Amino acid sequence: MSAFASPSVEIETPEAGSAPRGLFAWVATVDHKRIGILYLLTALVFFIVGGVEALLMRIQLARPNNTFLSPGAFNQIFTMHGTTMIFLVVMPTLFGLANYLVPLMIGARDMAFPRLNAMSYWLLPFGGLLLHFSLLAGGAPAVGWFSYAPLSETQYASTHGVDYWVLALLILGVGSVATSINLIATILTLRAPGLTIRRLPLFVWMIFVNSFLVILAIPALNAAIVMLFIDRNLSTYFFSPTHGGSALLWQHFFWAFGHPEVYIMALPAFGIISEVVPVFARRPIFGYEFVAASTVAIALLSFGVWAHHMFAVGMGHPIDLFFAASSMLIAVPTGVKVFAWSATMWGGSIRLTTAMLFAVAFLIQFTIGGLSGVTFAVVPIDWQVTDTYYLVAHFHYVLFGGTFFAVFAGLYYWFPKMTGRMLSERLGKLNFWMALIGFNTAFFVQHFLGLMGMTRRIYTYPDLPGWGLLNLISTIGAFLLGAAVLVLLWNIVVSLRHGQPAGDNPWQAWTLEWAATSPPPAQNFDRVPPIRSRRPLWDLAHPERPDPEVGGPTSRDEFALEKNRVSMVTFLISEGAFFVMLILAYLYYNNHTMDGPTPASTLNAKKTGVFTLCLLASSLTIWLAERKLEARKPAAFRWLLALTILLGAVFILGQGQEYLHVFHAGVMVNSNLFATTFFTLTGFHGLHVCVGLVALLIVMGLSLAGDFKQGRIEAAKSIGLYWHFVDAVWLVVFSVIYLRLLL
Amino acid sequence: MQANFSPIFDPASSQAAAISGLFMVVLLICAIILAIVVGMVGVGLIRFRQRPGSAEPPSYFGNRKLEIIWTAGPTLIIICLFVLTARGMRQSDPPANQEPDLIVISHQWWWEARYPQTGVATANEIHVPAGSKWLVRLQSADVIHDFWVPRLARKMDVVPGNTNYIWLEARVPGQYAGACAEYCGAQHAWMRFSVIADSPETYAAWLREQQNPAALPATDSARQGLKIFQTMTCANCHSIRGVSVAGSAAPDLTHLAVRRYLGAGVLSNTETNLFRWLKNPQASKPGCLMPDLKLTDAQASAVASYLETLQ
Repeated sequence: MSAFASPSVEIETPEAGSAPRGLFAWVATVDHKRIGILYLLTALVFFIVGGVEALLMRIQLARPNNTFLSPGAFNQIFTMHGTTMIFLVVMPTLFGLANYLVPLMIGARDMAFPRLNAMSYWLLPFGGLLLHFSLLAGGAPAVGWFSYAPLSETQYASTHGVDYWVLALLILGVGSVATSINLIATILTLRAPGLTIRRLPLFVWMIFVNSFLVILAIPALNAAIVMLFIDRNLSTYFFSPTHGGSALLWQHFFWAFGHPEVYIMALPAFGIISEVVPVFARRPIFGYEFVAASTVAIALLSFGVWAHHMFAVGMGHPIDLFFAASSMLIAVPTGVKVFAWSATMWGGSIRLTTAMLFAVAFLIQFTIGGLSGVTFAVVPIDWQVTDTYYLVAHFHYVLFGGTFFAVFAGLYYWFPKMTGRMLSERLGKLNFWMALIGFNTAFFVQHFLGLMGMTRRIYTYPDLPGWGLLNLISTIGAFLLGAAVLVLLWNIVVSLRHGQPAGDNPWQAWTLEWAATSPPPAQNFDRVPPIRSRRPLWDLAHPERPDPEVGGPTSRDEFALEKNRVSMVTFLISEGAFFVMLILAYLYYNNHTMDGPTPASTLNAKKTGVFTLCLLASSLTIWLAERKLEARKPAAFRWLLALTILLGAVFILGQGQEYLHVFHAGVMVNSNLFATTFFTLTGFHGLHVCVGLVALLIVMGLSLAGDFKQGRIEAAKSIGLYWHFVDAVWLVVFSVIYLRLLL
Repeated sequence: MQANFSPIFDPASSQAAAISGLFMVVLLICAIILAIVVGMVGVGLIRFRQRPGSAEPPSYFGNRKLEIIWTAGPTLIIICLFVLTARGMRQSDPPANQEPDLIVISHQWWWEARYPQTGVATANEIHVPAGSKWLVRLQSADVIHDFWVPRLARKMDVVPGNTNYIWLEARVPGQYAGACAEYCGAQHAWMRFSVIADSPETYAAWLREQQNPAALPATDSARQGLKIFQTMTCANCHSIRGVSVAGSAAPDLTHLAVRRYLGAGVLSNTETNLFRWLKNPQASKPGCLMPDLKLTDAQASAVASYLETLQ
């Protein structure tokens, strides 16, 4: 057995020295552990808000023809409940756990970008407050959490609620994407020696795959909500059928985000279960490779199933059948996981701690939710049960009975690590049984309500046989579930003060976070155990029967990725996804003739072609500039950088001139859908060029101040990569909009 | 009156029956899979409960053969489900180019029904002859709604800017409850409707009556009500054939008196309820597009008595 190795990369700990104290320390922190806890606490606050919203709705629905809530209030509440639970509770909880655990599990000192991490966190309370500000500014949005057009257009949603919803989601989305970029960069570049990708704990692997889902799905949402915002505030018609827009395009764009989103909410939960079940069954996960591979399969397939949310829309049977096939297919890798977790228990030595109880309940409840999901993939069945309480039951089973129960399991499992104290098992068991009975009572009967014909999103219902009784039962279950949450909160409060001290590894678990103290020190580890398998602490504790070595001896190459490059590439993938959506919108609306201005009548392709050449030339100049920087010739670098900035500025001025010309011809953003899509696509590209110019100017300033010495030029090269991306996007945009005019 | 707790499993058309049958097969398959998982977990929990003083069990990392089986097995099941799905969809195949028998136009928050062959227009209560398979064209006047009569047909969204078609068939006479199934704003909850399948003779009689213009008021109160209808802006939104033509901003009232409900299901159609509605529609259906016209009790009473003559 070799000696302990220390982590290979030095990370500055900004808190060393004049560290802030007390509450301000929490506000100013860049420590991933504190940021993780901040995420969890904020999510908890919004969980209570969303939970109260749910209970208010359940009171209103407990009896037929009830008048506890007005229809306006009910409709705002169900919209806010969904939006809050998804964007302000589940996602932050999962990001918070990832934030806390990933660096620890890979033997790192912190995330790759601690300050970006802090910014990502602060966008959460800001976005959440902005969303809720709508209540004071004319009313919360009342169009449902997926905001279908044209109901969400100004004509039918005349308050500013939808506008606050859009702005809040944009802000929250920036935080989510930034966190995911950070996680990808961290996992790829900061693993301890010996921790190859094949030896990653499954929680880390699932967070890694999940992060790619986030960076591709959130931009799709951003594109959709930006277009809705432009419709609402600039009187355009992206999604208004009255002037050529398409209500269905909103649905396609939204669900292109919305479906991956539900997997974003599921994969980290799968990660938690994959850690908890093996430890409390005292067995390694059954079939690690299949579980890891199935995660990738789910991620890939999740982009190919979105229109199963639209089976009732009338897309035609061939399209319905395609999405039926893909939706059924995605059940297979999920099933692989459920079988693997179950088989892990088989032959083990199972300790039914509270964490394990929640994990076992997850297995059954998630299976129920997953199976009801499969019934939806059978298109004719969907045609009867979609948009009913059967659907409400389905998604609460997977999201609450599934994801949230997994979170509870994770909480009981990792609370000792985070706080140094055990949660009370006595209160935990009470919490569990109340939650189990409350949850299933509240939601199982909703399957029957749906089958009985009760549609969703109705503020009341007629006194039909059985409807009142089942709704009342559901309400009672919901309150029991609420009480269970109160027990959990009490457990947390009591255990923080009087909980049994935990020690480093109270569960005799096997992943690296348990090698640190509880709670870990600011730098996490002074030394990291040797890593040859997926369970380094098992190998240490059982030298007589360690796990077989996974993969061969490790090489340096595997750890040679550089974090600036990784994060920029990841960011560009996400921006690319955003532009793909805008380009698709342009192509969709411009593939047929329409009244009003056209490309031929409005644009000057030759002039724009000249400016395009300038932009392309600027890619060459910045490439040359980087070579000069590598060759330690800062003055030449600065000249070429200046030339790049100049060429970029010429391009922007050319664009500006084209816009002026177009305005003078009387063409505004709302003239027709060509004008709308033209300004949106070129406008966002222009915005990216301007941001790039600012970045280049900052690089110029840093270089003048003497930075980028001794080959530490990765940051500058990353900006260069961004600049090439902006040029590449322009090539596509130019081809789509202008090339036809030149040929 | 529902014979069965679930209209989805109480089909009254061949389309709904095909879906119901398929659903039962799929639920059975799901139940078996759930039983397997519950069995694995349940038995595992009991058999492999930690015994006090026991050592760590042997490490077992997986069984490739088993993993392949539980990947391939579900894949085969899914292929079967897909075949069943494709077959089940055939019952609702879209029609070849054909004129619709019924045009349904959805509004916030009521259903307009037009019978193109006879020019009949009504609202929220759709009569069809039992045993006929009709082609229904679905159009929206505003936002996305959804036409859903679970005992008779699949759900179909009604999308502004698009036209959708479904088959509507009721094998036996009866009343079939329907509801809007896509959230469409403030009063989505009360956008209910019914499809009433009549025997051919009853249907023919109903159609004949519907084609007649509005009955003339016979009492003073009714005459007063008609006058109020014509002078207090009601006629701007509501059509009454023979009296006023108003487009379709609001339901056609020509034969209001024979309908079973008011306000798309929120009130049953009695003279008391009609009075209540007229006095203040916003109290019965807050947010609906009919304003409170601030009628006095006498005015509302007169209009109600007029409308009740519109058989």
